[in-house]
This record gives sequence, structure tokens and C-alpha cells, in this order.
Amino acid sequence: MRPFKRRKRGDDLSAFQPIAGNGLLDRRALLGRGIALAGAMGAGGAASLTGAAAEPLKEEPWSLEPGDVLAPYQQPSKFERKVVRILSNPKGEPRTQHARTPHQMLNGTITPNGLHFTISHQGNPEIDPDKHRLVIHGMVKQPLMFTLDTLARYPMVTRTTFVECGGNSGLLFSPEPVQTDVQNLHGLVSCAEWTGVKLSVLLEEAGIDKTAKWMIAEGADAPALSRSIPVKKALDDAMIALYQNGERLMPGNGYPMRLLLPGYEGNTQVKYLRRLKIVNQPGMSYYETRTYSPILPNGKAYRFFFLQEIKSFITQPSPGLTLKEPGLYEISGIAYSGTGKITKVMVSADGGKSWGNAALQAPVLNKAFTRFRMAWRWNGGPAILQSRAWDDAGNVQPTRAEIVATRGQTKTIPRVGGFPSQHYNGITSWGVAGNGEVKHVYA
Amino acid sequence: MSTLKKSAAAALLLALGACFALAESPRLGKPITEADVAAWDLSILGDGTNLPPGNGTAAEGAVVYAQKCVACHGENAKGGNNGSLVGGPPLDRIEATKTIANFWGYPTTVFDFIRRAMPWPQPRTLSNNEVYALTAYIFALNKLIDEKDVMNAQTLPKVKMPNRDNFIIRFPKEI
Repeated sequence: MRPFKRRKRGDDLSAFQPIAGNGLLDRRALLGRGIALAGAMGAGGAASLTGAAAEPLKEEPWSLEPGDVLAPYQQPSKFERKVVRILSNPKGEPRTQHARTPHQMLNGTITPNGLHFTISHQGNPEIDPDKHRLVIHGMVKQPLMFTLDTLARYPMVTRTTFVECGGNSGLLFSPEPVQTDVQNLHGLVSCAEWTGVKLSVLLEEAGIDKTAKWMIAEGADAPALSRSIPVKKALDDAMIALYQNGERLMPGNGYPMRLLLPGYEGNTQVKYLRRLKIVNQPGMSYYETRTYSPILPNGKAYRFFFLQEIKSFITQPSPGLTLKEPGLYEISGIAYSGTGKITKVMVSADGGKSWGNAALQAPVLNKAFTRFRMAWRWNGGPAILQSRAWDDAGNVQPTRAEIVATRGQTKTIPRVGGFPSQHYNGITSWGVAGNGEVKHVYA
Repeated sequence: MSTLKKSAAAALLLALGACFALAESPRLGKPITEADVAAWDLSILGDGTNLPPGNGTAAEGAVVYAQKCVACHGENAKGGNNGSLVGGPPLDRIEATKTIANFWGYPTTVFDFIRRAMPWPQPRTLSNNEVYALTAYIFALNKLIDEKDVMNAQTLPKVKMPNRDNFIIRFPKEI
């Protein structure tokens, strides 16, 4: 790429300097004075960058009368009714239910509680918080029982972290790009601010046996969902989470308490947590030895994957968000890593031939969503948008080709909503056509 | 710093550390006994630890199956609305359907999952004998045991699962 001639300091035009091919612009273009971004992709009614208002301004009816009565618990505007989760099993048939987060319609880094993804293997239990109990037993000096009231008197900690299903993004194992949106491809990850009690405090109180290596966590839901967790993790940053974005947990996210294991596979972060048993070997439960053990091309399988490895994807533009006209846009997306803090996200508009550094929205937190942004001048021609992330543990998001080389790809095309394999964290590519339409592509 | 001073400083640090540790926890956990937890303690370990008393055979399991399982898993466990419990395709593709016969590594997992999660509308209503019997029924259909074999806490962990040795721990450093 040919660098622009260097201009004088303070020259506003320097903000428009390209930093990579096909229209990627220096990050200062995002912040430069007087620069309007045509950011309202696909939302309709995007104002022209150049023209004056087509009609004279007038008063609308809602400005000329008193408005609605306040609700005790407010809901989003009726104009936002399409901003909802996609349900895989809306009638609650006897199988797992999934609800996927609409990332393409959200911004920032926190997933609203009503839109946080949920997977429920036998429905959400309706738990009376006064009757719920948490017990810690097994290889401890003194087995203990806690109520919600007693836990409320413990010192609380708050941290922001993502939770991701081990099967999220699994459609990208397909040999051909499955044509659907970011919600169906990557909607089984969300990020919230969680508040609760550090598990290490409770384990110390029970007097955990120093030789114990495993902790079996179990929920109070119908399947008594059970996973084996390394004690190492339990004593590190595990939390008994009681609050989600400031309010009590949503039923779909584990009300009244869940195990929070920052950076670990969502299924290990047992919801409706009622029992922790300290043991010397894993339980080899259904979910750890079957569901979340991905098959490898040689017929063997991984077990105890635990980590949700570094990943990023672009949320705007993305399939369904059609570009209205050539001009300046913001490319925006989410990066996160179960192994640390995001240090760098690079974006490409030419299918990976050239890359530019995206701006990272502060604060950048450990094992949490990091919003990245990149200014882009779309010239109306074809473009392939990609993002790639790095973390402070030295991990780099792999390309799709790198994933396929080690993990393989499916022989058949999976259906939307299917789980052909688990733990895909490679690059996602969006192809922008001349008419502004965005499609899922491989590049 | 003299050795004496060093050890005094270390003792002070230890004392402070202990104070902080105590101060951090109001210690409100109610002491209980393992007997109190017994009704909830479903945890069976991979080697069979904590398998309950009881026993069952495939013939007994067939009777329970016809009453409580056939609606979802089909006649002879060949699959209905929910998956087949017999046989399974070769693991020749990453999306291969994982079954008891072609994938599950531990016989205890079959007992454990039936006991904690089945039957779908009424989980944890089966007796331990019924769970042993259903486990025997499924193992016999898959030719993992003989028709006449009795499943109990001693025999069940010894059932050889065909795929047992085909797993790789992905992140051993986490353990």
C-alpha cells in the first residue's frame, strides 16, 4: 500500500489517511472534528452526507401531547421489537432450547439482560430463592450449607466477563459458508457485569483438602446439570454470581445463583448452582465426555477443552445490514479471549491482503468483550471484511484455514442452528457486494 | 536485616495475612454432615466411586424402557423424537453423531445421566434398580455386555467402552 504524503501536524485531512487497502482509514478519522459517519446501515432513513433536508422540519404528534405512564420495570421502545433473541425451540419441545444474542443490533460491550444468550437443556426452573441452598462437601474439613441470605452478607466482588457456549460459531466448520447472520453464527456469547462472592472464600471456609484436584458442580434444574471443574480454577477467579448487570440473575442465566468461571466454556459455569463436591478425579459427566468433546479428523476427540479461546467478529456491517451508498462507515465488532486481555485487533477490507489496527474502546478488560472500531471509506466496489484479535497471553486468533488444518471441517453442510462441532475461534469474513449487500464468505 | 528480624517480619506478615483471610469471610456457612447431603449427592466418579447399592438386568430394563423411555427413544431404543441408543456411525467426520457405542468413554456416564436427567418429564424418579436395569438393557442392545449380565456397583465400572482410549485432554495445564 502506498503511504500518503505526510501532511503538517494539525491538518484535519491527516485523519483520512488510509492505513490498509480498500478504504480502511486511520483511527483518527473516527474522532476527527466535523466528520459524520454514515453509520445507520440498513436502519432506513440514513441522512445524506451532502444534501440538505428534503422536507421542512415540523412538529410530530408525539411532541404535542403528554406521553405514556411509566412502567415499574421498563421495556425497550416498541420500535425495537425486532431486537430479540432467536429461539431454537420456541414451543419447548422435549429437547434443548437455545436463545441467541442479536449482536448485529447491539453496540458497546455489555449484553442487556433480556438479550443475554441462554441454553437450557430441560427448561428454566422456577426457583424460590428462600428455599434454594448451596452445599459444599466432599474432600473438605467441614461440609457447609449456604442460603442466599447468608451469601448476601459476604464481601462482594464485581467483574465484567463474557460467557460463551462451547458450540458457538460451530457453523464455520462447514465446508461452505452457511448463509445466515451474525446472530445465528455467533449469538451464543454474551458479556455482562457480574457481582457475587468469590468461591475461594467459601472453599477456604470449608477447609478444602490440599490434595483435591477436582470440584463437581451441580445445578438445581431438572437435569441436575453437572460438570467437573479443576480446583485450580475454583481457587483462582471463580465466583458465585448473584447479580447480572446490577440486578439479580435472569432465570435463563441461573437465578438465583450460578458458578461464574471467567474464560471457561459456558456449560461449565453451572446455573442454579446447588452443590459443589470436592473430589480427587473427574465425574466424566455427559456434557464433559460427550457433548463438549469435539471429534478430530483422525477420529479421536478432545476432552476438557475448558477454555474459550481468543475470538473476534465484525458486528457492523454484517449480513442483513445492507450498505445504502458509498461513503464513510464505521466497521465495528467484538473481540474477547478466555486467556486474557485483548491487546490488538486488526481489520482487513480486502480479504486479508492488508490489515490496519482498529481502535479499541476503553476500558479493555480481562476476559471481557472489547469493542473495536475502524473507519472505512466504501468505494461501492466489492470488499471482504475481516477482523483478527491478539491477547496479552500471546495468543492470536487463528485464520479459518489454520483451524481447518488441525480441526477439520464437516463433510455435510450443517443446518442453521446445528452444532456440527465445538470451539471454533477462527476468523469470520463478510463479503460486501456492489449493491451493498453483506454475505457470509470464506476468504 | 538480621535473621531474627527477618523471621519476626515474616511472622508479622503471616499474622496479617491470617487476619485478612479471617476478615474476608463472615464464616456463615452452616455446618452439615455428608448424611445431610446424601439425597442430593448424585456424583459418580469415572472409576465407579459412589455408585449406589442395587442391581438390574437387561430383561428387567426392557420392562422399564417400554414404560418410561420408548415414547422418545423409540422401539428397541432405535430412536424416535430423540436419539437412538443403539449402534452409531463410524467417527469418520467431525460432525459424526456421538452415541454410547461409538463415543462415550465411561460406562458410569450412562448410569449417571439416566439417574440424574431421565425420564425427561420426571427426572430423578427412577429407583437405583431401575437405573441399573436400564443401563444393562442399553449395554446389552449394544453388545457391550451379555444379555444375562447383572449391572451393579461392582460390575458396571468394568464394562469396556469401545472408544475409551480415544480422548486427548485439550488443556492439561488447566487441571
